[in-house]
Amino acid sequence: MKKVENAVVIENKKIASNIYDMFLKLDDIAKESVCGQFIEMYVDNGVNILPRPISICEINANEGIIRIMFQVVGSGTTYFSNLKRGDIIRVLGPCGNGFNIKETDLSIIVGGGIGIPPLFETAKRIKGKKVVVLGFKNRNSVILKDEFEKLGAEVLVSSDDGSIGFKGNVVELIKEKGIAEKNSIIYSCGPIPMLKALSEFADETNIECMVSLEERMACGVGACVGCAVKVFDKDKKEEIYKKVCTDGPVFSSKEVIFDA
Amino acid sequence: MLDMRVNICGVELKNPVVTASGTFGSGHEYSDFIDLSRLGAVIVKGVADKPWNGNKPPRIAEVYGGMINSVGLQNPGVDYFIKNDIPFLRQFDTKLIVNVCGHTAEEYVNTVKALRQQDVDMIELNISCPNIKAGGMAFGTDCQMAEKVVSEVKKYADKPLIVKLSPNVSDIALIAKAAENGGADAISLINTISAMKIDIYKRKTVLDSKIGGMSGPAIKPIAVRMVYQASKAVNIPIIGLGGISSGEDAIEFIMAGADAVAVGTANFMNPHACIDIIDGIEKYMNDFSVNNLSEIKGCI
Repeated sequence: MKKVENAVVIENKKIASNIYDMFLKLDDIAKESVCGQFIEMYVDNGVNILPRPISICEINANEGIIRIMFQVVGSGTTYFSNLKRGDIIRVLGPCGNGFNIKETDLSIIVGGGIGIPPLFETAKRIKGKKVVVLGFKNRNSVILKDEFEKLGAEVLVSSDDGSIGFKGNVVELIKEKGIAEKNSIIYSCGPIPMLKALSEFADETNIECMVSLEERMACGVGACVGCAVKVFDKDKKEEIYKKVCTDGPVFSSKEVIFDA
Repeated sequence: MLDMRVNICGVELKNPVVTASGTFGSGHEYSDFIDLSRLGAVIVKGVADKPWNGNKPPRIAEVYGGMINSVGLQNPGVDYFIKNDIPFLRQFDTKLIVNVCGHTAEEYVNTVKALRQQDVDMIELNISCPNIKAGGMAFGTDCQMAEKVVSEVKKYADKPLIVKLSPNVSDIALIAKAAENGGADAISLINTISAMKIDIYKRKTVLDSKIGGMSGPAIKPIAVRMVYQASKAVNIPIIGLGGISSGEDAIEFIMAGADAVAVGTANFMNPHACIDIIDGIEKYMNDFSVNNLSEIKGCI
């Protein structure tokens, strides 16, 4: 069940170019969250009226702590970046459906930029062999690489300018390394062009691929119908809009129409 | 003895707070957060005769003290509403008001006909949505068209008919009067204000539809003014809305002439907003010895 809680900021620090790592004490929301879900964080500054959807990076249900990472892109995230230990912030959650983890021979976790954080809790929960493929703009924007390695996963890195890892994008890197196997499952989150290329790759190689999307959002609970994504409805055999907040954020790559 | 009940064309609400259409889904979306039985009424998201897809995203742009949306009344259609939403909402002790949208008079009539004999308390006719190309706001910005579509729909409605007005007119009193002449049993106002936001870094509008409808605290003074003007022009009940986010805001609308108030964007700002507003109104009544809201209605 979703609820609104006053979260206490436990830690908030800048870890890469414009990216912050924040720990929130949340009680019930932490206990009910699963990997791939998100929280809505309110910006109580008297100017910004809408909460910001921020994906959950790590969950510590026992201690009631949720970890998030966010990139500063506007006035809302600037407000979050200025929060200090002990500050209170209103949070609604948990929102969305999260990743449905399945047992398979090889799990491929693919993240791009600020799309990487929700994959961290996901990777922690995936049993068996896993490869993590991370794409960054450059070496200054690297996040979570060491922590993924500590999970015992093989971690491959690409960057747009080649300043760290493979020069190119994550899909090129996956192809170059030939890591996909017949029964692989892809868990992904990142910019739309990345997810589109990944979805095409999954189609070509006939492997299952889950994509986590984002869209401009108001309520976060399915009421405003603002966060629309165009999908192909198999039953109705037509294109319809679904809601990222409650139908997603995780969708099968096969249903999402990326060119919409 | 404090009495928060209000009567809107024969339907008694336990308090004057209702949800604004399009901001509260079918109530289900907020039932995790609040007890729907505490609400005066739920006005559900706009329903059309057939499912509507809505507009291309992005559909949401935040602005100073408010937001602009271009959702375009995406909805699963009246048949779905009757089958799923009515039974859900009837579990709660609150009134049910159906917002009806359409592109043509015929579409409005089709939906209203489908709702005949159904277990709903009132119908709200949306002739004011700025986000659909045909119909919608066009009906709400022309007095003759407004009167004609209202009278056409009224013939088929077997429940009290509320007409929701657009603020995108030069004289709200004339449109309010046209709705009353057409046979409206009540009016609600204001719907969103036509607005635009440009992303100067991308050199394009934030909304794919370019123009949308603005709501939120920033529009409240405009809404209060329009409720005041409309209340002077008509003799039917008024549901006032536009940026209400506190009990004090609600009292302001009632003093401007509203019989009841609707809470919209505030639900996005705070899922408990409706309850906080009901409590806020009650507190005001206690603090200032108001036993019945009729004592302050239209007092200015």
